[in-house]
Amino acid sequence: MLDVRDLQKIYTGRHRNVEALRNLTFHIDAGELVCLVGPSGCGKTTLLKCMAGLLSPTGGEVRLDGSPVTGPPPGMAVVFQEYGRSLFAWMNVRDNVALPLRRKKLGKARERELVDHALEVVGLGDAHRAHPWQLSGGMQQRVAIARAVAFGPKVLLMDEPFAAVDAQTRAELEDLIRRLWRELGVTVLFVTHDIDEAVYLGQRTIILSTSPTVVQEDLTIDLPDERDQLHTRSSTRFAELRSHVYEQIQRAKHHNGDMEAPPADRSDDLAPQTTKS
Amino acid sequence: MLTKTLAGAGTDRGPGGPGGGRSRRTPAGLVTPLRGLAGLTGLVALLEVLPRTPLVSADYLPPASKTAEALWRLLAEDAFWTALGDTLTGWGLGLAIAVAAGVVAGIVIGSVPLLRAVTASTIEFLRPIPSVALIPVAVLLYGTDLRSKLLLVVYAAFWQVLVQVLAGMQDVDPVADDTARSYRLGTWGRVRYVMWPTALPYVMTGVRLAATVALVLTITAELVIGAPGLGNQIAVAQTSGAVPRVYALVLVTGVLGVTINLMARAVERRALHWHQSIRREG
Amino acid sequence: MTRTTSTVLTLVRRALLALGLPAVLFAVWWFATAGSTDFYVPPLSTVLGRFGEVWTGERLLSDVVPSLARLAAGYLLAVVAGVGIGLVVGTSRVVRDVLEPVLELFRAIPPPVLVPVIMLFAGIGDTMKVIVIVSGCIWPILLNTVEGVRAVDEVLSDTCRSYGITGPSRLWHLTLRSASPQIVTGMRQALSIAIILMVISEMFAASNGLGFTIVQFQRSFAIPEMWSGVLLLGLLGFVLSLLFRFAENRVLAWYHGLRRAQRNP
Repeated sequence: MLDVRDLQKIYTGRHRNVEALRNLTFHIDAGELVCLVGPSGCGKTTLLKCMAGLLSPTGGEVRLDGSPVTGPPPGMAVVFQEYGRSLFAWMNVRDNVALPLRRKKLGKARERELVDHALEVVGLGDAHRAHPWQLSGGMQQRVAIARAVAFGPKVLLMDEPFAAVDAQTRAELEDLIRRLWRELGVTVLFVTHDIDEAVYLGQRTIILSTSPTVVQEDLTIDLPDERDQLHTRSSTRFAELRSHVYEQIQRAKHHNGDMEAPPADRSDDLAPQTTKS
Repeated sequence: MLTKTLAGAGTDRGPGGPGGGRSRRTPAGLVTPLRGLAGLTGLVALLEVLPRTPLVSADYLPPASKTAEALWRLLAEDAFWTALGDTLTGWGLGLAIAVAAGVVAGIVIGSVPLLRAVTASTIEFLRPIPSVALIPVAVLLYGTDLRSKLLLVVYAAFWQVLVQVLAGMQDVDPVADDTARSYRLGTWGRVRYVMWPTALPYVMTGVRLAATVALVLTITAELVIGAPGLGNQIAVAQTSGAVPRVYALVLVTGVLGVTINLMARAVERRALHWHQSIRREG
Repeated sequence: MTRTTSTVLTLVRRALLALGLPAVLFAVWWFATAGSTDFYVPPLSTVLGRFGEVWTGERLLSDVVPSLARLAAGYLLAVVAGVGIGLVVGTSRVVRDVLEPVLELFRAIPPPVLVPVIMLFAGIGDTMKVIVIVSGCIWPILLNTVEGVRAVDEVLSDTCRSYGITGPSRLWHLTLRSASPQIVTGMRQALSIAIILMVISEMFAASNGLGFTIVQFQRSFAIPEMWSGVLLLGLLGFVLSLLFRFAENRVLAWYHGLRRAQRNP
């Protein structure tokens, strides 16, 4: 379904080149929910942008259903961390969700149905007319998720979507993602820097090293399919997996990095400039 | 400038999340100024070539070289320097009066809530009245005197300053104001230590806007009323058919405008910078 | 106290605050000039009396309407051209770098000096006045549009790309809308420049129009008529800015709401 092969990304700066990704290879099957976790500043966003076709890699390739990704592929939707900046402040919630559908020319009735349904499943059935900035952070991210749901993608890429919301909202949104994934049968790649989240959400967790990034470990999360915040998180297996991932990330930091704490987000910092071209 | 800073400040960003680097970097330092230089060179070349084509008559648009020649001659004239001095005097004096009056009025009105409420509608009414409506009044009262110029300049520039000062005084951080109250600072103390520092960057924005407006009105007064200065020189050159001289003088006013803009922006940026660094510590 | 009476009281209070000072100022002007024998400062009652005579009859058609038509034509052309060129310049980094100093120079030229220059090309007719207005008020619109287009959020831009929102749809839903606060700021600056240019292009060389007529009154020492013209120009500036604010509040309702939300999170 989604293949990442020998992916490499080097940012060419004025005085130096920064290798953000080095030789990344992994595979995601149709219908899987996979989490990508790694130390902060490890090029997760760069990787996600390459996969979404928003950034062209220096080497290697991303394939979706066998065909290489060169621009944003039609069957893919992205949910960004910065909900405040990924929604159109000048449109109400409904129009925000409906806009990507216009291009599909589905007809008014079908479009309305899709938008209604998407807003209903994310629990925003009564916020159609509100503007995004009138909603709380968690609600805004729900709008972004509804937009992705209405778009009907085969693959849903999520870039640390819950990093900026409070802990309780975060737990609710995590369960929402699990529910949507099971109901819609969509393939989900979920990028996070939160170890608990990575273990709780996915069927698999891919652990990345520090920049230049390689796959540190591809870990199957053998927790039961029925998960809930209370019991899953207090199970022994959850604790074991959690410590395992934690150790791996600590190792990743010491292995690659010549220093304990890498300068914050070197690679990501350079990203905005490069996307422009 | 202010709008941008404020709008940018409130965007949600996760703690330590990626994508923090929103700042724009200029690529390879020299490229931008070089491109700008290329643009200006292109303009000069265009102005040189265009009058030599049938598209535009050289009677109306002299080649750039002719304008440069006229400018060179202009710079050797005493009359030109006197005119420049007259323009700068009108501009500087008018701006100074407008800023002083605007700041004082702004502080007084801004620090008394009742006064603010009472004057709001009057300010909203008087502000958009175009200063040029006063031209006939100025002519009648003062003729081509410096005071004519000042009447127009001060009227136009005053509102720019006043409105900014008022906006600044209103922008006071409620926490800072409560703190000041809890330490029993009197009205004057609050104005001096809380409101004025908050308003300062706004005042600077007001001064920048007022500086530009003041130049426009100075030149207008000279052009239309005939008060001595660059504007009057342009009018005289135009009626006597000295076309290259008209363009040379227009160019001078443009350069004057750019200089005033750059200076005002530099001053404003310093004030803003100071303001933000203070805020960050506080 | 019932709710209705308190609303009524609030309204009365607001009306008093809004109209109090203007009423006082009007009264002061009225009574201070009431018995005025000063030739230059006629009684306000005389001025207002003339106002009706002068500006309602024939002059409305022969002077006020042509002035307003030139203003509207010049302003609208400047908006269309300024936004259009601004979009092109703002989208390309290279074009922006090349043109920015040139545009800054043009913006810095005090617009009134364009009147004698454009007279060289276009004579003293309507065309000249419209060109003067366009060439004076296009710069703030253009440069603000460039600034607005440049500041389009990258995350939003990526969002559009990943959902395949491109071409005209992107231009309308993303670029123009997100630049609209800056565009409106430019348009507001341009409006006051347009009024100035309308008036002085008519004062400088014309055979009709508000600016022309007012100067004629002044030259022929028809002082009350001149004052009534000054009042009319003032009123025009006020009404246009009111209309502008009304339109702005509709178009930018989302922006003002967003700003409020950001200030009180």
